[in-house]
Amino acid sequence: MTRGGEPLLEVSGLCVDYGFDDDAVHAVIGADMTLHRGEVFGLAGESGSGKSTLAYAISRLLRAPGVITGGEVIFRHEGNTVNLLNAGPTQLRELRWNQLAVVLQSAMHALNPVLTIGTQLTDVLQAHRPELDRQARRTRASELLEMVGIAPDRLASFPHELSGGMRQRVMIAMALALRPQLLIMDEPTTALDVVTQREILNELMDLRTEFGFAVLFITHDLSLLIEIADTIAVMYAGRIVESAPAGELYLAPRHPYAYGLLHSFPGLHGAQQRMTGIAGSPPDLRQLPTGCVFHPRCGYVMDRCLRDEPPLARPAAEPPGADGRLVACWLHEAGASAPAELAALAPALESTS
Amino acid sequence: MTAPAGLDATVSESPLLEARGLTKHFPVRGATNGRRGGIVHAVDDVSLVVPSAGITAIVGESGSGKSTLARMLARLIKPTSGELLLDGQTCTAALGGARREYARAIQLVLQDPFSSLNPVHDVRYHLARPLKVHKLASGSLDEAIDGLLGRVSLTPAANFTGKYPHELSGGQRQRVAIARALAVAPRLLLADEPVSMLDVSIRLGVLNLLADLREKDGLAIVYVTHDIASARYLADVVAVMYAGRVVEIGPAAAVTSEPAHPYTELLLSAAPDPGRARSVPARARTAPPNLVTPPPGCRFHPRCPHAMRVCTSGVPEMTQISPGHHSACWLHVNGLDTQQRTPLVSKPGKEA
Repeated sequence: MTRGGEPLLEVSGLCVDYGFDDDAVHAVIGADMTLHRGEVFGLAGESGSGKSTLAYAISRLLRAPGVITGGEVIFRHEGNTVNLLNAGPTQLRELRWNQLAVVLQSAMHALNPVLTIGTQLTDVLQAHRPELDRQARRTRASELLEMVGIAPDRLASFPHELSGGMRQRVMIAMALALRPQLLIMDEPTTALDVVTQREILNELMDLRTEFGFAVLFITHDLSLLIEIADTIAVMYAGRIVESAPAGELYLAPRHPYAYGLLHSFPGLHGAQQRMTGIAGSPPDLRQLPTGCVFHPRCGYVMDRCLRDEPPLARPAAEPPGADGRLVACWLHEAGASAPAELAALAPALESTS
Repeated sequence: MTAPAGLDATVSESPLLEARGLTKHFPVRGATNGRRGGIVHAVDDVSLVVPSAGITAIVGESGSGKSTLARMLARLIKPTSGELLLDGQTCTAALGGARREYARAIQLVLQDPFSSLNPVHDVRYHLARPLKVHKLASGSLDEAIDGLLGRVSLTPAANFTGKYPHELSGGQRQRVAIARALAVAPRLLLADEPVSMLDVSIRLGVLNLLADLREKDGLAIVYVTHDIASARYLADVVAVMYAGRVVEIGPAAAVTSEPAHPYTELLLSAAPDPGRARSVPARARTAPPNLVTPPPGCRFHPRCPHAMRVCTSGVPEMTQISPGHHSACWLHVNGLDTQQRTPLVSKPGKEA
């Protein structure tokens, strides 16, 4: 259901700094990724890994001192191709919300506390759908609320009268108001309880099936992404270190960081055995290690890792036909021998061959 | 000393700490349509036995009362009713020597190491203070501090004693907070969400540190968390709280693999779990109850797929499922008549 779609968003070589010149902190460096139509693309990383910055840069919501210093973000819609990084205010205004909508982590802060839900929903429609009259906007707003499982009489409610889960549902309804092609969600369920989180994610997946929008889902919770995403990119210190189809990443990670991250979440099944996680702590972006940024925490570090930074590339040992995977690690360069746990055969290939 | 009443969920020798019928009601204003006099039933009638060794996890969603319970166990807030027994002795004195003794025996580590450490003081100050307050610095203070830092794997200690909280990473800060709690050689460590503010890749390090303290030093730990998977990983006994009440308690493996309470089941099915087959059945949409006006009877009944008529009126008692495994659910109570067993017509309500 994933790779069949045509590319919707192509990010290449995207770089974002905070600050200028010598003081600049490189928050995102050379990010490459491709989202296909209707795909759920998961972006996983710890705090400071640059995942939110990347999303803000794509949607051009990045504020000073954040500066986009390079790269391209190509967005394709209805036969048009736009580089979002060059788009002017008018063009952005047409694209945002119509084609590309954003759901932020804290619905509490994203909703206006002094306006009712109804006012905020109809406001969007008034701005972007001038052809609709007052009554039509009202009807559409009711439909939107019903779509996310909230009774339409809640249109008269203020945000503080809703529970956290309902507020986040309202945010999703607002984001989908104009049927966008791409929904960017930055930790949309992190502030919610697990049960509410599960309900909202189930709804989101149903809506995705119904309307066919693509989702860029950003979270620190890799175990959650594996359940909902089609493709996952793992970020570390501003770099994408591995991207792969979700199932392959889960069962056969290639990058030592992705492997460590997967083994940092205690499971609900199996033996209650001790897990090791990842040694050390995430780097300070102002004082990054030389070579591979992960090398001080890596159990497989080689001489080369201290000197040269590995590019995000197709692993050399990958069997032909497995094109979905990219990894930035010297262990997977041609001629290098990766340890067995990082070279497990991807399950999808086993079953199809 | 009397035999512990309530739950003896663990292979209990004499319990270290026991809570009997602990209840906390917070008065609120404005929560009931602007009228005064509302009461938040944060914790209602919780009985819990903490053994002198091992890790007991308290699992619940936000608003379940787990942190309020932890604070009552630490005697930071006074229960509305109920009593606490340390070594079988009722703790009543709010101040003075007995209070100090209690603080020495039971220490609390808070969720957020960014605010639980004082930004104007260095690590040495944070660790020296409990030693001085409790007059424990026999021998050299510096040696004691180095020893504490060693126990939480902040070595070499010389690199850390002079540092201020802002110079430390989140994981290091939480380790300092744990070292501070260990300074008075407590018998029980209460850890309230100790890893939820930390980055994913360093959480496990702190959890493993707690596991080491249990194994090497025989420290008893109460681990409060919203994450049932980490409770399963770390704890020997898991108590599940819902809306101010303990609904299930038992050995960690039993509670997570054979949950006896429908709420535990719901919690487990909602937890992220990459290992399971896709698609989790969606449940009726309802939110945790308003604790100002909690539902009568079992507080879970409005969300419960198995709710029966009896659930709306009577509060279920703790019933033994298997040795050490108890659940407060009418499904496990024998001898109900058909009238009481009548299922509530489940209306798939859309409103929370």
